[in-house]
Amino acid sequence: MDILKRYKYVLALSILLLISYIVKPEFGSNAIGLTWINLKQMLFLLPPIFLILGLLDVWVPKETMIKLMGKDSGVQGGILAFLMGSAAAGPLYAAFPVAHMLIKKEASLINVFVFIGAWSTTKIPMFLFEMSALGVGFSLSRLLLNIPIIVLIASLSLKISSKQDQIEIYNKAKSM
Amino acid sequence: MVSNLILYAVAIIFLIYSYLKDKKKTKQALTKGYKSFINILPEFLTIILLIGMVLSILNPQIVSSLIGTSSGIWGILSSSIIGAITLIPGFIAFPLAKNLLDYGAGIVPIAAFVSSLMMVGVVTIPLEKKYFGSKLTYIRNALAFVFSIVIALVMGAMPWIY
Repeated sequence: MDILKRYKYVLALSILLLISYIVKPEFGSNAIGLTWINLKQMLFLLPPIFLILGLLDVWVPKETMIKLMGKDSGVQGGILAFLMGSAAAGPLYAAFPVAHMLIKKEASLINVFVFIGAWSTTKIPMFLFEMSALGVGFSLSRLLLNIPIIVLIASLSLKISSKQDQIEIYNKAKSM
Repeated sequence: MVSNLILYAVAIIFLIYSYLKDKKKTKQALTKGYKSFINILPEFLTIILLIGMVLSILNPQIVSSLIGTSSGIWGILSSSIIGAITLIPGFIAFPLAKNLLDYGAGIVPIAAFVSSLMMVGVVTIPLEKKYFGSKLTYIRNALAFVFSIVIALVMGAMPWIY
């Protein structure tokens, strides 16, 4: 029963997909095909990420992370978070488990948000591709605008949310 | 694809190094990695299904026609909404954006689309929520949405982009 509850959205969406296939085969088969491609991509991408996260969890002591990206890590911690996010590969959804590990090891939330921001918009492989498609002017302008915006979004997110919300994130990370 | 292979190489090198240094710790790491993967798998599968559905409703042709024909403030807004709810990979989105620009679409809606596509993830909210809680997830996405429009407007004022 527990497993049914955990997978209720997966089940509901799968049923919806099946119904769409019966009602509108062209649309349904297209949706199923796209889901299948994405599923394969996800199942190929996630194992090494979770493997690395498992190893980091065991090998990197909390103290090290606190020193590198914790509350008092200052600008250096922010730069490290930014570089980590920029060096990443893969869609944004893969950033969240990594961010979760950073939180578990008590990196500061501002650095975690900078990391997510960088992963979403300044990934180097993606930037190179953007440049070849949209030109240097467009891509470089967007990148340079995005860097301060990432920091701004990170600090505003923390200003708007309450201390309680933030503490809860750390508790959540520890219990998961 | 290449970056995926690099990721695998890094993971395997780490794993071998870890195993040589401490077998017990390595086993622990594998268990932890596996457990956290299984723990979050329902959310991952949910968003994969959502992505499949959204992409088949808002496929590249429809996105093109929606953004390409839009104009004015509503054009900017609808472009960033489309960017926020779709999850088109970059290797499709960037050439699509280039194509639209070549056919005369404005720089502002295109930049709004590209920015919100990257920063805002409506479809991935179930996953983000599980890690960050509802409140911060909604705050981050809302801010990212607003700023993707700001970025687009600023880019529209940059003469060297054309």
